Amino acid sequence: MPGTSTALRRRRAATAGFHLGAGTLAILWLLPIALVLVTSLRSFDDIAAHGLGSWPRSFTLGNFRQAWVDGGQQRALINSLIVTVPCVLVTLILAAMAAFALSRYALPFRRALLLLMLGGNLLPPQILLIPVSKLSELLGVYDTLPALIGVQIGFGVGFYVFVLHGFMRAIPPEIQQAAVVDGAGPWQLFWRIILPLTRPALAALSALSFTWIFNDLLWAITVLRSDTNMPITAALIGLQGQYVSMWNVIAAGSVIAAAPTVAVFLRFQRHFVAGLNLGAVK
Amino acid sequence: MAVLTAPERKAQASSPPRRGRARSIHATPPLVLAFVLVPLLAEALWVFWPAIQGFYLALTRWDGVSAPRFIGLDNFREMAHDDVFRSAAGHTVLWLLLFGGLSALLGLGAALLLQQERRGVGFYRAALFLPVVFSLVATALVWQAIYQPDGVLNQLLQSLGLGSLRHAWLADQDTALYAVIVPALWRQIGYVMVLYVAGLKGIDPALYEAAKVDGAGPWQRFRHVTLPQLRSVNAVVLSVIIIDSLRSFDVVWSLTRGGPYHSSELLSTYMYSTAFQSLRLGYGSALAVVIFVLAFGVICSYLVRAFREAD
Repeated sequence: MPGTSTALRRRRAATAGFHLGAGTLAILWLLPIALVLVTSLRSFDDIAAHGLGSWPRSFTLGNFRQAWVDGGQQRALINSLIVTVPCVLVTLILAAMAAFALSRYALPFRRALLLLMLGGNLLPPQILLIPVSKLSELLGVYDTLPALIGVQIGFGVGFYVFVLHGFMRAIPPEIQQAAVVDGAGPWQLFWRIILPLTRPALAALSALSFTWIFNDLLWAITVLRSDTNMPITAALIGLQGQYVSMWNVIAAGSVIAAAPTVAVFLRFQRHFVAGLNLGAVK
Repeated sequence: MAVLTAPERKAQASSPPRRGRARSIHATPPLVLAFVLVPLLAEALWVFWPAIQGFYLALTRWDGVSAPRFIGLDNFREMAHDDVFRSAAGHTVLWLLLFGGLSALLGLGAALLLQQERRGVGFYRAALFLPVVFSLVATALVWQAIYQPDGVLNQLLQSLGLGSLRHAWLADQDTALYAVIVPALWRQIGYVMVLYVAGLKGIDPALYEAAKVDGAGPWQRFRHVTLPQLRSVNAVVLSVIIIDSLRSFDVVWSLTRGGPYHSSELLSTYMYSTAFQSLRLGYGSALAVVIFVLAFGVICSYLVRAFREAD
């Protein structure tokens, strides 16, 4: 039958066209990443002799050692994790607490409070930079990691309160009423009932906030000064200054700096995409 | 502010059913109040209080050492004659239009292509999304290598016979700003795509069927079904883009520090270097206020939408 074979051919053509278009796009997107990976494995002599854009003629893992040890990336990565992990945990716990109270209890001005907290997160950070750096001096934490942890928590929490509030609001009131009848207090209600039901949103927000905090540069260079305290993003800029035009080392440093968030992304891809869509106010 | 103080409607899902405001505060367990107050205090300490100070500092002259001196609106008057400010403001607008416009358009295009559930689409989506998880600093360094005089871009132009276009992309005042926008786009498009894919998936397929029955072609279906249905996602994307544009700092700072000769200076980088390198903290605060004013409209419309949702 000629009719079906035309339809079949058209469908095949559409499939081929789709893969051609999407494939080109994907390659275009992955090319810079491939390039930095290749560069990080080349020797300096190779790049110096043949140029950065040339086909690689060498292979070495020494660049990673150089960035890791001499470039101070080890120290910086540890700093980043010291800041990021507590920040994610504390921010989400605080945000879940506030979201629980605002969504499950008839507090006065609860909507105004919710929007106030969200509004704080939407402020351009620039308006806060100078006062925050002076505040951390005043509190005696300037140039220490607790200052960075504090500001990241304070600045981030409003957004997560808002997202979690939206999520907790959707939990049916009957569940809560049943628990109250059984004599559960607010703490049990929060810890045993609501928090477990919020797990998907918490997972999504953890993946998201991990990358946001880990990737931050602006707050770090606002409240920190010493090289030994800098997180990985700021250290990468330092590396760029320290190894001017030694692209093999800079590329290795970039790979090290990106590896943790890429690992989180690959492991929790589903949560990630869910998190971005949770955050979008419809 | 009218929005924020709108009368409360009955609270759903609250254990004490409907009481007056005065009594509900008594009915609220102290623990629940603490649940709100602790995060609120954290935010007040690190955000609200500094923000108020920031607005005040904009009215002062301050070197960070001696006490700030109140000078009224002089900082803003100075801006009117500050060429760097004017060009930074211009670049910020250009950045909004190019970075914002292109990331919305290309993100929507990518979403339209990759919304179909075909084999392999997950890989393509992941490829486009991968740069979103890179820090802007790492992104910047990747692209800096590409832009080097002996880098891949110039090599590519050479091999295509376009050697005359070879360029020190970041060192040239005419190209620096555009060269910085490209990496920012590379990272943003995947993000916007994810938002649009979710929006497209939310459209009722019956609408397309009905349009098809009525004889609408693909373009008409896009124009009259897809676009109107995406209205709320568009609003989200618009706010995200404007807020992100005004915040853009990392990528410019790592690639050019706003140079050469302020040719890629944005308000955000100018504010940072004024405050922390020139140590003109009062003038820097005033620049931050300008950024705030630009973002204010978007923040308000975002909050209004959030308010409607929280209802």
